[in-house]
Amino acid sequence: MQLTNRAKKTDKSELSLFERSYLPSLATGLGITIKHFFQAKPTIEYPEQKRYLGPVFRGHHILKRDEEGRERCTACGLCAVACPAEAISMVAQERVKGEEHLYREEKYAAVYEINMLRCIFCGLCEEACPKQAVYLRHDMFVPVFTDRSNVVYGKDQLVEDMTHRYKRDAWTKEDAMKLWK
Amino acid sequence: MGSFVQWLTESMFLWKALIIIVIFAITLAIAAYSTWGERKVAAYIQDRRGPNRAGWGGLLQPLADAGKMFFKEDFIPAQADKWLFILGPCLSMFTALMSSAVVPFGSSFIIGGKEVFVQAIEINIGILYVFGVVSLGVYGVMIGGWASNNKFSLLGAIRAASQNISYELAMGMSIIAILMMSGTLSVREIVLQQHGGNWNIFYQPLGFLIFTICAFAECNRTPFDLPECETELVGGYHTEYSSMKLGFYLFAEYINMFASSAVTACLFFGGYNYPGMDFVERQLISGIGANAGHNVATLIGIGSMFIKILFGIFFFMWVRWTVPRFRYDQLMNLGWKGLIPLAVANLIITAVAILSGYKLVGIWVGLAIMIVLISIVWSLRPKKKNAIMGA
Repeated sequence: MQLTNRAKKTDKSELSLFERSYLPSLATGLGITIKHFFQAKPTIEYPEQKRYLGPVFRGHHILKRDEEGRERCTACGLCAVACPAEAISMVAQERVKGEEHLYREEKYAAVYEINMLRCIFCGLCEEACPKQAVYLRHDMFVPVFTDRSNVVYGKDQLVEDMTHRYKRDAWTKEDAMKLWK
Repeated sequence: MGSFVQWLTESMFLWKALIIIVIFAITLAIAAYSTWGERKVAAYIQDRRGPNRAGWGGLLQPLADAGKMFFKEDFIPAQADKWLFILGPCLSMFTALMSSAVVPFGSSFIIGGKEVFVQAIEINIGILYVFGVVSLGVYGVMIGGWASNNKFSLLGAIRAASQNISYELAMGMSIIAILMMSGTLSVREIVLQQHGGNWNIFYQPLGFLIFTICAFAECNRTPFDLPECETELVGGYHTEYSSMKLGFYLFAEYINMFASSAVTACLFFGGYNYPGMDFVERQLISGIGANAGHNVATLIGIGSMFIKILFGIFFFMWVRWTVPRFRYDQLMNLGWKGLIPLAVANLIITAVAILSGYKLVGIWVGLAIMIVLISIVWSLRPKKKNAIMGA
């Protein structure tokens, strides 16, 4: 069975004197290495250069607001249940009169915390969310932390900023394929 | 007191001391930057960028490496022979630094009406001195490996000893061909005779090939780096070494590379000679005066010497990142059954060519005849019966 056409039949015939001298293959090898020496290097020097990671990259979490700036999260807890690392925790609260411009529905998350040391960025919270509230952004990393006290992210770091709204580059597979060209 | 100052200025003592110190400093600097160069060359050959964080383009990397080496624990195994353990790397470094003493890096400077050679010492047995010192170099490895009281170190040391002895023979014989042509042992004389593009490489292609291969073996460089063969012997002779003692061993390897590139440049590539050097010197003398012109021409000659040396070092690295390591029996086969007979044949061909009066043509014709003879003998040899291949 032939899987690829890259297979080469090995030549097991005895080497000629010229080949036995080791010099021709040595010269070939030196030619190959010097060719690579002058080739352009594919390295991306990370902290200075960043490459586009695609519209489906799972980075920093975000709690979306709707078009009128109201928080979408209703603290149903499905994300916390879905989370395999048990990184998400929340405290629900009932919306009172006068808060209709802040929260879209009658119940909202007064506290919403993600432990970034536990999170494995699997994206299951995003899939579980029935209100399209929690997303993993494709354009932002969780920054490096050096202290455990900075690890638990609260609502102040997670809820969307209306002046810089988060928008995904592509939602369908077709759109995503166009981006990769 | 006055006479002492007069003696100092009139004798060559000060100038010689200055030249020796400068050569010493340049040797160390080139060896240090060879470590950076090696990593860069390796990286570029493997499509990487190499060290580029410390300083511009990683140029401060050798300093960082040396700093790291100094801060490592300097460990001496309990069962090791303490003094020999310390002596090993010192000896290695010492012999490596001594070998470039007779290499002429340039022609001469005229200072105060006196001619000062750009060379630490000019002795009429220069080549013998180099060989003597290089042979001593293996003691550093052997003593270090023996004193470590470790099987891997000892095996590495034994390999180093046998390898150096085997390849010194072929190396010496390939040099004898050159000595027959030049009729002198002085490196400066050999360089002077190659003046005007008359480089020995054109007369001794086979000698050069043998000498280069042996130089790789003498420097313990890939494909002949069996003494420190990581895959078999952990670290070879320097398994037990740490801190700056290990640094000395590694550094000595780079100094040896520098020295053997310098010797190769002198013996085969005309040393500080370069095409058109007489013309340049005449122009300079007519332009800026006899002494200044000569001195500037010497500086250009030193530049050409260092270009040759640096290319030699690059070639060492280029081969290291191309060729895999030989097996031990292959190493011995190549040395004793390959290079030594070839070196003897080269010797005979050179002798006949010199006697015939047509040196250049004679040697090339002789080599052609040798290749024809070898191929005839090769084709007449009894064919090996190979059961697997025949089936």
